[in-house]
Amino acid sequence: MRRVVSLFLPTWPTDRARKADPALPPDVPLVLAGRDGNRRVVLAADHAARAVGLRAGMPVSLAQVMVPDLTLRDANLGGDRQGLERLALWLHRRYAPVTAADPPDGVVLDTTGADHLHGGEAAMLVDMTNRLTRAGFTAKAAIADSWGQAHALARFGTEPVTIAPPGSGPKIVADLPLPALRLPDVTVEGLHALGLRRIGDLLARPRAPLVRRFGQDLARRLDQVLAQADEPIAPIRPNDPLTTERLFAEPIGAAETIARAIGLLVQALCPLLAQRGVGARRLDLVCHRVDRRPQAARVGTGLPVRSARHLERLLCERILTLDPGFGIERMTLTATVTEPLPARQLANALTEDAPPAIADLVDILANRVGDGRLYRAAPITGDVPERVVGRVAPLAPASAASWPVGWPRPPRLLAPPEPVETLALLPDHPPVWFAWRGIRHRIRAADGPERVFGEWWYTADEHASVRDYFRVETEAGERFWLFRAGDGADTATGSQLWFLHGLFG
Amino acid sequence: MPAAAPSAIAALRDRIVRIEQRGRPDSAVLPFGIGEMDRRLPGGGLALGALHEVAGGGGEATHGAAAALFAAGIAARTPGPVLWCLTRPDLFAPALAQAGLPPDRVIFLEAGDERSVLACTEEGLRHGGLGAVVAEVARLSMTASRRLQLAAERSRTLGLALRRWRRPAEAAEFGQPTASMTRWRISVLPSAPLLVPGVGRHRWLVELIRCRAGESADFEMEACDAAGRLAVPADLADRPGAQGRSRLAS
Repeated sequence: MRRVVSLFLPTWPTDRARKADPALPPDVPLVLAGRDGNRRVVLAADHAARAVGLRAGMPVSLAQVMVPDLTLRDANLGGDRQGLERLALWLHRRYAPVTAADPPDGVVLDTTGADHLHGGEAAMLVDMTNRLTRAGFTAKAAIADSWGQAHALARFGTEPVTIAPPGSGPKIVADLPLPALRLPDVTVEGLHALGLRRIGDLLARPRAPLVRRFGQDLARRLDQVLAQADEPIAPIRPNDPLTTERLFAEPIGAAETIARAIGLLVQALCPLLAQRGVGARRLDLVCHRVDRRPQAARVGTGLPVRSARHLERLLCERILTLDPGFGIERMTLTATVTEPLPARQLANALTEDAPPAIADLVDILANRVGDGRLYRAAPITGDVPERVVGRVAPLAPASAASWPVGWPRPPRLLAPPEPVETLALLPDHPPVWFAWRGIRHRIRAADGPERVFGEWWYTADEHASVRDYFRVETEAGERFWLFRAGDGADTATGSQLWFLHGLFG
Repeated sequence: MPAAAPSAIAALRDRIVRIEQRGRPDSAVLPFGIGEMDRRLPGGGLALGALHEVAGGGGEATHGAAAALFAAGIAARTPGPVLWCLTRPDLFAPALAQAGLPPDRVIFLEAGDERSVLACTEEGLRHGGLGAVVAEVARLSMTASRRLQLAAERSRTLGLALRRWRRPAEAAEFGQPTASMTRWRISVLPSAPLLVPGVGRHRWLVELIRCRAGESADFEMEACDAAGRLAVPADLADRPGAQGRSRLAS
């Protein structure tokens, strides 16, 4: 099943203008003006400008009357278009093998077989929009089965991130207004004149009379928004790609044949990588089917790799996700992201033990479960237990740092800590008994308190807060890690309630 | 009884061992360093290149805190990195560091479901570059355990299946047969008594429930130290006839 992401940048021109000129005040209406024949018209307006009623297409003189001292800049249509291409290129390197600019205000990506590297579709879209928002661009994204559907949901959906489940029928687009169909304005006005407002209204009518009146375009757009008709994406191509390609005399489809073709492609690619002294970090395999629907698979590696065996293994793992349909007639393999990989001396097997190489295993596992799901723990200096464990990439250089020893720590940590009922003497005695999940435990022995102060540099609320941790052992021999929020005397330091935070073995 | 009988039995045992080890170059073991435990295990320790199951006893069945430390202690004494596959990310890494597994050595893998935990564990066991692979799973079928066992045999990596259930009632599943080499159950015992109020070194009841080509046994042990080693409690070590209570394999 094909999955297409449409990224919508409603204020792309003005966001670009703001980025180019940081001196512009942020909340003041900004419009970009250009020529339309003999008139000077507004070509783009940002959020603040839209809020006071300025629209693209209105004469500049009218806008200046509505907002005195309007901030006005010249529009740069060519620059915006090129910027969109550059954004598409960045998205291509980062997210998906098939990407194209969708002017004037969007980018379209075919993410089939690539979302696993970002932890699934939802996580990928959120990551995409967050990165753009941090860079200062308003962005909305939608993923659906076709370009038309994703395009409509991104522009007219209410959420910043919309996910149409695979195979979702007409229901998901029925409520969208007619401009979501990407039809010429004349057609939309004509349909409005007939009293048709939403896509659902169109779907409820017989199609033949509509097509006779408004042309074949309407039927095509309707099929595209319902994901019934296909629409090719002309992918952006980097200037200087590291690509190998194979054409087949007869379309291929069997898994073994595809695996063999992958082997040949990789063997052709590795010398190219070696020539430039780089290793691949991300590889895109695009299979062009006879019915013009590309099937793509993307694999990532933790370290730059040039070993044919390693790359072949990674790509062959993804054969199952490829649907050959009626056959594949052309396959291309591109090293989308590369990093320098200089020659290095191997450890001599006679004199020293080489460290076990697990980079290939890490890559295989990371491509299966997602990059963020495979990690090493790294110590973070601090006192609050839930904050002391950070995550680093599994192949990050070893730091030899560890947590301070001394106080025992429980192997299982409850997140968040669970409140328990206790009976305890104040201010600094361990509880006599506590009840957790309906079971009452009598305490036989206890160690503590270990006082942990709030980390005021994270939140101001923690400035005065205190926790007193106790390691307690019940009469049955079970050992728990309890804490009291507060120092037992002063209510400013916490609620004086007890919590269970961990389980000792 | 004729004098030749013991040697005949020994020869037969030898043959069985050779049949069982077919395809494996040698049978390396990881000793616990405690004579009483190592004597009970065939070859004098935990077989490397094999799958071992560990579960918590009693209330521990759902969280398996002691079982996790027991597994960490074993993994800490193998050379090389350790892959720890889990579905519920409630493992606290500082505790593993205190059991001898520093953060640089453990790679955590957070899988979405148990099927992918098993698949990733098998991949890790097959690779051969790891010291040990720990899989936190609830269900372990005969087929799944057989696959893990075969993968471990080929690469001689130690596989540890940490059995952990959602509900205590599901722990009855631990009786089902699997292809693993040994099966351990770790329950908590009151800690070593101290002269002052406080909690002493943690103690466990380590039960060897099943052991291929060996008998089951149980031991009272002190929990892992900073190098992952268990210890015999001092008050039991010098007891007359301190040989561990053993019973016949069921």
